[in-house]
Amino acid sequence: MSERLDEGLTPRGLPRAPLRRFVLWLVPWTALLGVGLYAGYRCLAYGLNETNLDNRFAFGLWIYLDLTVIALGAGAFFTGLLLYVLRKRELKAVINSAVVLGFICYSGAVAILMIDVGQPLRAWFTFWHPNVHSMLTEVTFCLTCYLVVLAFEYLPIVLRNRKLSRLPSLLLFEHQLHKLMVVFALVGAFLSFFHQGSLGGLYGVLQGRPFAFREALAVWPSTFFLFILSAAAAGPSFVLATTWIASKLSSRALVRPEVYELLGRVSGRLLVLYVLLKSVDTLVWLNHTSPQLGIHPARFYAFDPFGTWVLFAEIVALGLLPALVLTSARWRRDPRFLVPAAFLACAGVALNRFIMTVQTLALPTLPFDPFLTYLPSWQETMSFLGVVAYGVVLYSLSFRYLNLFPQERELLASEEVTHVPLVA
Amino acid sequence: MKSPESNVRARYGMVVDLDRCNGCGACVVACAVENNVPPANGRATERTGISWLNVQRLEGAGGRAAFLPMMCQQCDTRTPCASVCPQNAVELDRSSGIVGQVPVRCLGCRYCMVACPYHARYFNWWDPQWPGTIAETLNPAVSTRTRGVVEKCNFCIQRLQAARTRHAATGGDPAVAPDYTPACVEACPAGALVFGDLGDPQSEVSQLAQSPESFRLLERLGTGAKVHYRTRRPWVRQAVADAPAPTDGRTHV
Repeated sequence: MSERLDEGLTPRGLPRAPLRRFVLWLVPWTALLGVGLYAGYRCLAYGLNETNLDNRFAFGLWIYLDLTVIALGAGAFFTGLLLYVLRKRELKAVINSAVVLGFICYSGAVAILMIDVGQPLRAWFTFWHPNVHSMLTEVTFCLTCYLVVLAFEYLPIVLRNRKLSRLPSLLLFEHQLHKLMVVFALVGAFLSFFHQGSLGGLYGVLQGRPFAFREALAVWPSTFFLFILSAAAAGPSFVLATTWIASKLSSRALVRPEVYELLGRVSGRLLVLYVLLKSVDTLVWLNHTSPQLGIHPARFYAFDPFGTWVLFAEIVALGLLPALVLTSARWRRDPRFLVPAAFLACAGVALNRFIMTVQTLALPTLPFDPFLTYLPSWQETMSFLGVVAYGVVLYSLSFRYLNLFPQERELLASEEVTHVPLVA
Repeated sequence: MKSPESNVRARYGMVVDLDRCNGCGACVVACAVENNVPPANGRATERTGISWLNVQRLEGAGGRAAFLPMMCQQCDTRTPCASVCPQNAVELDRSSGIVGQVPVRCLGCRYCMVACPYHARYFNWWDPQWPGTIAETLNPAVSTRTRGVVEKCNFCIQRLQAARTRHAATGGDPAVAPDYTPACVEACPAGALVFGDLGDPQSEVSQLAQSPESFRLLERLGTGAKVHYRTRRPWVRQAVADAPAPTDGRTHV
């Protein structure tokens, strides 16, 4: 296979790994994606009896995945908001990557949702006769609209491809789209705020599940606001972490250290606020909401493996700890602290979504209920991993053929390339 | 403009006497036959099967046992499932107080199942199968459901419609259904299920629901369930009720 076969497609002046190596990198991920598609097909063709979900554990791995990737995908809207609205120019260096990540996260979540519902062909019913009181209605509307916005944000990045940009009409279209980016960023931020919040509200309104139920502030339960804040805090960390991974895999600097630092600073400050509000919320829930529903909060943590360590891990180890590291200018400057802290922040939001999804359903509600366990089937697991593989494949293709990191070229010029990129 | 309350004709509810229920399961069978609940798939488990009404066995010390028929509790004031459904597939009928499910609108998202603290909702994990001549025994008054939708007890709402029609045919108010009885109540040989209008203070169900032996499951959640349970056995009450047993000075057996 010629190493120059796709040279005309890769960004001009940016070294990319030999095509053979790139294809070899894609093979296992594509295979995993294929297995994921097959698993998804089985669920659609034969029904959800292919899963280990049941009448009691009606939400499982998929909903957890959806909540987590949507939280991490918040990096797209929040970076856009910071760049286009709050004029944080440094973030131009990662906005393309953030948009691609957002698109991957949201399209992956929508794909999984389509498998997860029993009657996917009836999805349009929600738009036709919606129950405006349901948080899920709000999620469906905003998620769909935001995916369209992300597609429009992704399109100019694709159209700037070396080959495509030779076509004047596409170049003009890209230019016009680019002028609308501020509008897209604003619409995206508006939609994101609502559906991130509604995803939290999804659980916070469950009066029948005292573990998840929260007091309402205005018409929204507190989880509505906490989900927005946690997603906004974890999003920049996710952009930071993925940029670092891309940088390591491509063996070169993609953005200046100041960009990492800014992402870390934004993430850290929001995380501090989140940890503070989450702690207040937890104290209110433990001392007021839960006793008012007639439940001693110790009961929530009486079932292994969900002891109080979960609360500690969520708020302290994966919340306060990364928040402290990311707010310290000295630690932020050191990648040995900055990068693990970003990963911890992402893990924190993932654990929070796990607790809301899985622990809520595992805990008994009726006095004679048992504690429930659930282990996803291979079909659920593989379709989950299929989404991960889809993300890796799409991001790898985007990295190779599109200019995801505008600073890459100038950083390349300022340093001597000493080795060939590993994979992309 | 009419307020929703102005349409209220009845608040149908049930009182289940746990001291009379012997766990025979006649109500379960009657419910399944009346409502075209399909036979369980060969791979179905206790947690994936469909049984709009199931009987829980409660065990106490010394080998004592009690049976608790569980169905949709027909929540009233704060219906957890109706408010969360994204496409109005769950509706609280103000004229009867019955929480109905509209399977043809259901997306199968199962959010209502997550919201229901009584676990009274069932998902069709498989295509319903009617082997042999069972299909010929289906109740024509009830639609069968398809794979991928949620279903649950609706107090045999088709019987309410039929009872209203019968009453109207004899010149009565078409909104009133004096001889309306769900299949489970009709089938119970022990008289453990009492059904009627909770809004009528003279009705037997209303008076039983008000008695000190009666309670509702998860009363503390404020769902306003219209299914009440009653028992004189303290250990049974202890096992199922959140509320403390009545302290009326009587000695319970």
